[in-house]
Amino acid sequence: MEHEISKHLVRQTAPVVTSSQEALASKLRMRFRPGETLIMGFLFVCGAISIATTLGIVFELTKESLLFFGKPEVKLIDFLTKTTWQPSIGNFGVLPLVTATAMTTFFAMLISLPLGLSAAIYLSEYASQKARGILKPVLEILAGIPTVVYGYFALTFMTPLLRLILGKENVQIYNTLSAGLVMGIMILPLVCSMSEDALSAVPRSLREAAYGLGATRLETAVRVVVPAAFSGIIAAFIIGISRAVGETMIVAVAAGSGPNFTFNPLKAAETMTGYIARISGGDLAYDTPDYNSIFAIGLMLFVITLSLNILSRRLVSRFREVYE
Amino acid sequence: MINYEPNTPNLSDANHNILEVKNVSMYYGSFRAVKDLNLKIQPNKITAIIGPSGCGKSTVLRAFNRMNDFVRGYHLEGEICFHNQNLYAPEVDPVQVRKMIGMVFQKPNPFPKSIYENVAWGARINGIPGNMDDIVEQTLRQAALWDEVKDDLRKSALALSGGQQQRLCIARALAVKPEIILMDEPCSALDPIATLKIEDLMRELSVNYTIIIVTHNMQQAARASDYTAFFTMDPDRAGVMVEFDTTTNIFTNPHDKRTEDYISGRFG
Repeated sequence: MEHEISKHLVRQTAPVVTSSQEALASKLRMRFRPGETLIMGFLFVCGAISIATTLGIVFELTKESLLFFGKPEVKLIDFLTKTTWQPSIGNFGVLPLVTATAMTTFFAMLISLPLGLSAAIYLSEYASQKARGILKPVLEILAGIPTVVYGYFALTFMTPLLRLILGKENVQIYNTLSAGLVMGIMILPLVCSMSEDALSAVPRSLREAAYGLGATRLETAVRVVVPAAFSGIIAAFIIGISRAVGETMIVAVAAGSGPNFTFNPLKAAETMTGYIARISGGDLAYDTPDYNSIFAIGLMLFVITLSLNILSRRLVSRFREVYE
Repeated sequence: MINYEPNTPNLSDANHNILEVKNVSMYYGSFRAVKDLNLKIQPNKITAIIGPSGCGKSTVLRAFNRMNDFVRGYHLEGEICFHNQNLYAPEVDPVQVRKMIGMVFQKPNPFPKSIYENVAWGARINGIPGNMDDIVEQTLRQAALWDEVKDDLRKSALALSGGQQQRLCIARALAVKPEIILMDEPCSALDPIATLKIEDLMRELSVNYTIIIVTHNMQQAARASDYTAFFTMDPDRAGVMVEFDTTTNIFTNPHDKRTEDYISGRFG
């Protein structure tokens, strides 16, 4: 009888506890969220595609370059030190193309670094809301112009201008100076907007500290804000250089077609990218020296920009002035 | 031009107020943030500005060294006189004003540079004469920070604790040799021990400097200041000064009901 009663009691109370606990447990149970899973998968695929593409490019470049360097007549030491580039007749010195690229890049940076940084300082530290509202869109238009247009701008405006100033007999129709200067104008918006982002990210409290000490706007900008944003500015510069090294259309149109080992920026010289564009634009038989050489040069360009990127990461972590 | 040379005792000794606010109203756009302010600041004293949030305390403090100039739409009516020279006269250069009236901010904001460079920075841009090492040591000693950092002068200022950073910011302000130091809630981001250190430091500094401090903390005002100005908000949301007196009087014998309510914790 007692047993019966207790059983009865248990039956009455126990199920209540169980059901409420079960309800809680089921409330807390891990949900399956198909939307979340889908998005996660999609985002992963996006990231994976860019990595796969990079790997594919590296693979293809390396494969074709190995064909080039595997030829008995091509020696790596000649490739890197000889000053004549005529693959079809067995001269494999890449230096003329490298010096031309170095010159156009140098002049591009000579324009875009100081002007880009100055414009960024102006936009972030000095410009009124109104001036900024006009200037930023204009700079963005500059960034949106196709590079081939810049190429013809170099050829039909910058070159005649240089010939006018420096004399027709001194300046060739195609020259690396003109291409480099116009390339600098092209890269300017990139350097400017990246530098400006870095400058604007510097907290207002640092500017106030400087102003509070009786600093002028210039002192504040140059001695506090720019150093604090230095790592971002370096990154902007390096990306600008990578862009200049890789730029093709302007140099193809305005720098000259034909390798020329010279350090005179007023003479025509073909850059690495210009060479690739010219050779691949013509009739080209597979596995000829010309064909294989463009991959070797492509690989070299890739190595240069990759090292620049690695360098920029190093510099950024080295010079970072952390402001919390 | 301000007819004043730093460190000339004749003006400081003269029988006038170091800062005098005359019928000042301040506006952000069309909004009147502070109205009809009259205030006289005594030299070599600590003046506290207290009041509830939004009553314009910081706006008033920042008006003294023209830091509000950076705020779009801000303008001021009336005069703020520094040794009888109106700081808002059209020919006055705000940069020069800030060299003579320094500021310490709410959150410690050292430059992301070394401790040494932080102190030397202001002195250098202002062309303060003398050996820089000596200036740095002297001001760090004045700011009661020297013993803690003398072996780490080349280390980043950001490695210091919050309280040390704030004393570094005080040292940095002192290195410019200002006459007045404005402090905008300098202890609000600090723990109680660091706060007491700053208060002791203020007391020591008041021998040579005039200090004006905005604080949310009434105990701090009561402990650390000689004079107290109590601000509140009018029904039209403009900040007004209710009462200005010695700190003792404000906290023991306030004249205005609003002051009494505030300091006794019934409001704000």
